[in-house]
Formats: sequence, structure tokens, C-alpha cells
Amino acid sequence: MSEKKQQVSRRQFLNYTLTGVGGFMAASMLAPMVRFAIDPVLKASTSGEMQPVVDVSEITTDPQRFEWTVKQVDAWYTSDVTHSAWVYKNEKDEIIPLSPICKHLGCTVNWAGNESYPDQFFCPCHDGRYFKDGKNVPDTPPNAPLDLYEFEVKDGTLYLGKPVPREGV
Amino acid sequence: MLQKMYDWIDERVDITPLWRDIADHEVPEHVNPAHHFSAFVYCFGGLTFFVTVIQILSGMFLTMYYVPDIENAWRSVYYLQTQVQAGQIVRGMHHWGASVVIVMLFLHTLRVFFQGAYKKPRELNWMVGVLIFFVMLALGLTGYLLPWDNKAYFATVVTLQIAEQVPFIGEMAKTLLNGDPSIVGAQTLARFFAIHVFFLPAALFVLMAVHFIMIRKQGISGPL
Repeated sequence: MSEKKQQVSRRQFLNYTLTGVGGFMAASMLAPMVRFAIDPVLKASTSGEMQPVVDVSEITTDPQRFEWTVKQVDAWYTSDVTHSAWVYKNEKDEIIPLSPICKHLGCTVNWAGNESYPDQFFCPCHDGRYFKDGKNVPDTPPNAPLDLYEFEVKDGTLYLGKPVPREGV
Repeated sequence: MLQKMYDWIDERVDITPLWRDIADHEVPEHVNPAHHFSAFVYCFGGLTFFVTVIQILSGMFLTMYYVPDIENAWRSVYYLQTQVQAGQIVRGMHHWGASVVIVMLFLHTLRVFFQGAYKKPRELNWMVGVLIFFVMLALGLTGYLLPWDNKAYFATVVTLQIAEQVPFIGEMAKTLLNGDPSIVGAQTLARFFAIHVFFLPAALFVLMAVHFIMIRKQGISGPL
């Protein structure tokens, strides 16, 4: 076979040409549609700006829940969405802004949400617990600490950005 | 590789006769443009089908962004046209294809008419073809409303008034299409969307299947 000159029969030639032309047509038809469909994956994610949340003077050593509202643009729908954070000052006087989203399955945690654990964050969905610094209590459902918000203090006001995940215990 | 995969499946379920039956049949000389160039007139049916496939595909993709709701319909169309990559192309395909499909359908009908290809024993297929034509027109009509802009709205107002002119059942027909006795609005849009993407395509698939099965059964009509 390899010794001889490769012969392409008329039938084979027509087959190749037709498959090629047909494939090209199908591809040019489908390419824009596929690009259209996968657009959300390829869109650059817009990093949210820092939002003013609360006066620093209001932050105590006990975690308090602060809320702020942002304008959310969801394709053709614009709405105001409220975010919240548990914020306190630790013994080194550093501000700790914790995300209230449970790392187990995304419920919302509360400080001292359970009477038996007055100095822990508690998630009512599956009894997940976190210490005051946001570290998850071992042998409870969550397997990572609560996210920490990016933050900065400007003119005595706390600004919060995106929640950043931390390494699990 | 592909051959092996094909053989593996074919050995088990014997698919060769299936596709042979659909794809592998002789083209009579009088239908082959290579023999008589004028035979290109036989292409219009196939072209109608081809454009219909484009319509189905582009329509499926458009519903990924479109919402049939009076508050958001126009905005979602505007969004997919201006913010989504290739949005203009995909909507353009559906928009222009809608006109092209009617043109092709019409040329196909003219060919069949002037060649007398509708005569016995093919009258039934002519009737099915006419039904396909009506379904296509209805698809065009219901699709026209969906962008929910001024042109769409007033075109539909006019259409509904035409429907109202039908003797005896006119008023009922109008309410049935409209979803409300007087308001052209939320219910009209929801209804037209449902009709456009579910009911009419379902009818179209059945009719096309019947149309094609009959062609295979009866063969293409002989030369003039």
C-alpha cells in the first residue's frame, strides 16, 4: 500500500470535498451561536468597588452586624442589594470584618446565635459553628473559616470590598 | 478511530440501513443541476429546510437571553444585541432567516405549482405543504411581537383587529390570541412566546416529517 502511489478515487474525493464544505458551513453557522452562549464565562468579572459601611468609632470588641447597600447590575436588571458583615476589633485593635456566609452550604451565620455558645458564630441550618476570629470549630459541618472582607479605613469610615476565602483548618 | 466507533455501534444495533434509508438514494437525472442547469429550481425545498434548521438553532440560542415579559423583553433583546458577543449576528440570523424562509418557501411553491408536481398522487403532500406555509406565517407573526418595541406592538394590534373581522367567532378568536378582551400586554406577550417556541415548532416538526416521508414514499415527480 505504502509502496504504491496513493490513489484517491473519484468517490473518495467527492466524499472529502462534500464533508469539508459541509463541515465549514456547519461551523460558520454554529460558531457565532456558541460564542453567544458562552459569553458569560468569557466576560471579565467586574471587581466591586470599596463601599462605605460604618463609622470606625461604632466598632466595638463585640462582633456587630453592619449592612450596606450596593447597586447591582444584573444584565438588563438593576437593583439595590444589601450586603452585611460581622465586624469587631480584636485585642490588637485590628478591625476584623467577617462575611456572614456559612462555608458549609451558604446559610447566614449569627454571632451568639445559639444560647449554648454565646461567644461563637452559629449557623442555624446544620449547627455549624465558628470561633470569634472566624475559624471553624472542628467537628462541626463547615470545613473552612468565614471569609474576610477586603477593607480600608478612610477618614474614620470603614470601607469594605470583596469577601476573600481563607485556608481551611 | 471514528470508523472503529461506528463499527462498534453498527455491529450491535445495525444503524447502516437507518441512515442509508435517509441519505443514500439516487438523484434522478432531471433533478440534477449537473445535467440540466435549470434543475436548480429543485433546490428550493431543501433550502427552505436548511434555513429552517438555522431558525431553530438560532432561536434556541436566543432564548438563553430573551425573557417574555413586558418589563424586560425589550431590555433583554437590547442587552443581547449590545452587550453579548455575537449577539447581533445570532439575532440577525434569526431576523433575516425569518424572511428568507418565507421567500424560499414561496419559490418552492411556485416550482411545484408550475411543474404541476402537485397532481395525483401527490395532492396530499401539496396540502401538507400549504399547512407548513401557514405554520411558517404564524411563526413569523408571533415572533414579530417578541422584541416588544413599538413596531412589534402596533403590528400585533393590527393583526388582532384582523382576527376580529372573522364572522361570528372573530371576537373570541381575538381574545384567545390576545389573552385579554382588550389589553394587548403581559398576557399577549406570554401567549405569543409560548405559541412561537413550543406549539408552532411542534406542529412544524410533525408536518415536515409527514412531508418528507411522503416524498420518499412517492418519489420526486417525473420530468416535464
